[in-house]
Amino acid sequence: MNKVVKNADDAIQGIQDGMTIMLGGFGLCGIPENSISSIVKAGIKELTCISNNAGVDDFGIGLMLQSKLVKKMISSYVGENAEFERQLLSGELEVELLPQGTLAERCRAAGAGIPAFFTPAGFGTEIAEGKESREFEGKQFIMEKAFDSDFAIVKAWKGDTDGNLIYKATARNFNPMMAMAGKITIAEVEELVRPGELDPNFIHTPSIFVDRIFEGTDYEKRIEQRTIRQN
Amino acid sequence: MLTKEQIAQRIAQELQDGYYVNLGIGIPTLVANYVPTGINVILQSENGLLGMGPFPTESEIDADLINAGKQTVTILSGSVFFDSATSFAMIRSGRVDLTVLGAMEVNDKGDIANWKIPGKMVKGMGGAMDLVASAQNIIVAMQHTNRSGASKLLSKLTLPVTGLGCVKKIVTNLCVIDVTSRGFELKELAPGISINDVQNATEGNLIVDGEIPKIKF
Repeated sequence: MNKVVKNADDAIQGIQDGMTIMLGGFGLCGIPENSISSIVKAGIKELTCISNNAGVDDFGIGLMLQSKLVKKMISSYVGENAEFERQLLSGELEVELLPQGTLAERCRAAGAGIPAFFTPAGFGTEIAEGKESREFEGKQFIMEKAFDSDFAIVKAWKGDTDGNLIYKATARNFNPMMAMAGKITIAEVEELVRPGELDPNFIHTPSIFVDRIFEGTDYEKRIEQRTIRQN
Repeated sequence: MLTKEQIAQRIAQELQDGYYVNLGIGIPTLVANYVPTGINVILQSENGLLGMGPFPTESEIDADLINAGKQTVTILSGSVFFDSATSFAMIRSGRVDLTVLGAMEVNDKGDIANWKIPGKMVKGMGGAMDLVASAQNIIVAMQHTNRSGASKLLSKLTLPVTGLGCVKKIVTNLCVIDVTSRGFELKELAPGISINDVQNATEGNLIVDGEIPKIKF
């Protein structure tokens, strides 16, 4: 069994027009930069993308929007992206907005073999329309279902050739749940090592969830809000 | 009238030692600058950080270390990183002691609207719906009226609701209000502001019981 592929172009083989893909990251932090570039290069279109955000105009998922590859975005927050706004208002792009915790839990449920769950988030709001609601111990909840996605693409800090992953700082975010949730999971890592080099006590994503892995190159790691304190 | 900084400063008086606190974007973020001395609070950032430190210096900047507003931040001793599902487990299970967030509108039942203006750009709710659905203690920090001078404290929301019956306290540029079963109970007035000023700026049911003290700093 060899999970290691040469690069992002090889890793995204099998992603086809019209598929649903998950992309890890929060804002521009912890996004699979290499795989996004390869999807843009390959021109895979009509994609439904599940990702907390939609990138910025010229980076992250914003690059896929620029090339008009995205049919639908499922996200919790899509500010800071003028091209996104233009496509949404012109009707070229569909968007489904979900509470951030619901988005995370729908990924987790998909990876955990749980078809649906109840959450209080969004009860009484338009998010609840068309969803079953139920009372538990005097409080109202709505039912949310596990996501169904063809591919999940995550970005980790370190990985081994078996597919074990470790994330760095807040670049972890949605990546671990998405890694569990894809029918096929692609992991791009900054540093690919041999099995045994990662301490088993500190692995975040066990290898069983990862199907393809490669060491990425030229990470830009763009910062959205560079905020510094004056000494 | 309070400045944004003074709104944050007044809210900081609500902090208690050992509180886990989630601060929203905007005025709420400023609350971190006014934590009273002798009190230790732990800031939770819903993108996966407990124990958020101040903004970094130029040399400390790490692209992999941001807060929920996508700003670069730092960590403190005892800080911990986790995934988004774990983060919202903390929130939904009620372990976050205090949530401070901004709002476009609040009604006198404690319902809040802060995620969408129909017909204009929809940015999304981010973590706000999860936070307001579960937090036991929610303080709203906002201006009392909107840019066109209309009240943001209403009897009925005009914008899509984010959560029902969740706001417990509101600190505006004019006053401090507790939201109770009776409505908006006026608790404290900003310097130079009269009960009449608050009444005129409040469309919802305002309750004034007895003498209303000035906000103290």
